[in-house]
Amino acid sequence: MNGVHDMGGMDGFGKVEPEPNEPMFHAEWESRVLAMVRAMGAAGAFNIDASRFYRETLPPEVYLSSSYYKKWFLGLEDMLVERGFLAADEVKAGHASVPPKPLKRGSFTVDSVERVLTRGSFTRPASAPAAFAIGDRVRMKNIHPTTHTRLPRYVRGHVGVIERIHGAHVYPDTAAHDQGENPQWLYTVVLDGAELWGSDGDPTLKVSVEAFEPYLDPA
Amino acid sequence: MTEHHHDHDHDHSELSDTELRVRALETILTEKGYIDPAALDAMIQAYETKIGPHNGALVVAKAWTDPAFKEALLADGSAAVGTLGHVSRTGDHLVVVENTPERHNMVVCTLCSCYPWEMLGLPPVWYKAAPYRSRAVKDPRGVLADFGFTIPKDTEIRVWDSTAETRFLVLPMRPAGTEGWSESQLAEIVTRDSMIGTGLVLTPGARS
Repeated sequence: MNGVHDMGGMDGFGKVEPEPNEPMFHAEWESRVLAMVRAMGAAGAFNIDASRFYRETLPPEVYLSSSYYKKWFLGLEDMLVERGFLAADEVKAGHASVPPKPLKRGSFTVDSVERVLTRGSFTRPASAPAAFAIGDRVRMKNIHPTTHTRLPRYVRGHVGVIERIHGAHVYPDTAAHDQGENPQWLYTVVLDGAELWGSDGDPTLKVSVEAFEPYLDPA
Repeated sequence: MTEHHHDHDHDHSELSDTELRVRALETILTEKGYIDPAALDAMIQAYETKIGPHNGALVVAKAWTDPAFKEALLADGSAAVGTLGHVSRTGDHLVVVENTPERHNMVVCTLCSCYPWEMLGLPPVWYKAAPYRSRAVKDPRGVLADFGFTIPKDTEIRVWDSTAETRFLVLPMRPAGTEGWSESQLAEIVTRDSMIGTGLVLTPGARS
């Protein structure tokens, strides 16, 4: 979707402000939110693509004015209610009142922690050979799905070159919506700064995106 | 959500409200039997103690001292890191990119906050915030200036937008004056930001 989360190339957000000696969490609740999101994901309530989509679909003013973990919290609450793991009344009351919905991988217990700490693999068997080879010129499709996509607006319609091929990966555009992993070839596509930002842009700049095959046309 | 977000999260009253809501959610998830709070405690403790930029720094130091490892690392980051016992949680999709005098690499996620957690820990706030995510792909030199960091005018800048599950780690240049240093000495000067591409490694003189 063309949401405010898709920030590449936008102006007006001001300077980057690194915080010296930044703590890992700025408040204890942030750590609980991180852990709840990871736990409920590992238990099978949602996948990473769905969790991203729920944050992207927060109202723009909420997305822009909320801290990072606040967005995680709001997305988590929405997702669990919409998927039937929580009732809206339970959230209001602050206590459980309806029977739980079974989780795909069962409750998240101490034994499950190790599984979360090791990063999973998103590689899947490919159903067809790769359509592109290293060095091929490709045009990023000019598409505007209202659903989840990982094709950022700032590259759409632009031409780049295939630099790496990563094998077939879970396709976020379908996985986010429970339409299956639908594995697709994943490429690193590199674009010139001038192609993206015009002749006034930084002449030394090259930008790459990780692009799934359905995002690309031959050029 | 229908609540009013009238102010920034740092506002005290909203922070309290958020805190209460987070606690309530954890209570409900626990009562429903979905999670065990002790498992959350254990996970948080692991994030606080086991993951962090020290993992990436060890990989960089090893690459600086072992040419065969460096070659393997640049060819297949996950496989090479997998051969090191002490950092084994990195998954299948690590790509390591090398800074040279001709090319400076910088990593961003314009769409969310993708970051090599297993190498660098949890990302800092600035990495996840709008100023960095919006400008890194368009005006990386301006972004570097915000960090007080400039690179030569004719050096190519390559920005890696982490739009899929591949994760990127920058291999910074080894500074002069570190000849003969051990891996652990070298690891101490490798900063988190140097592995994102927004900072330098510490200079040897500044170390002692």
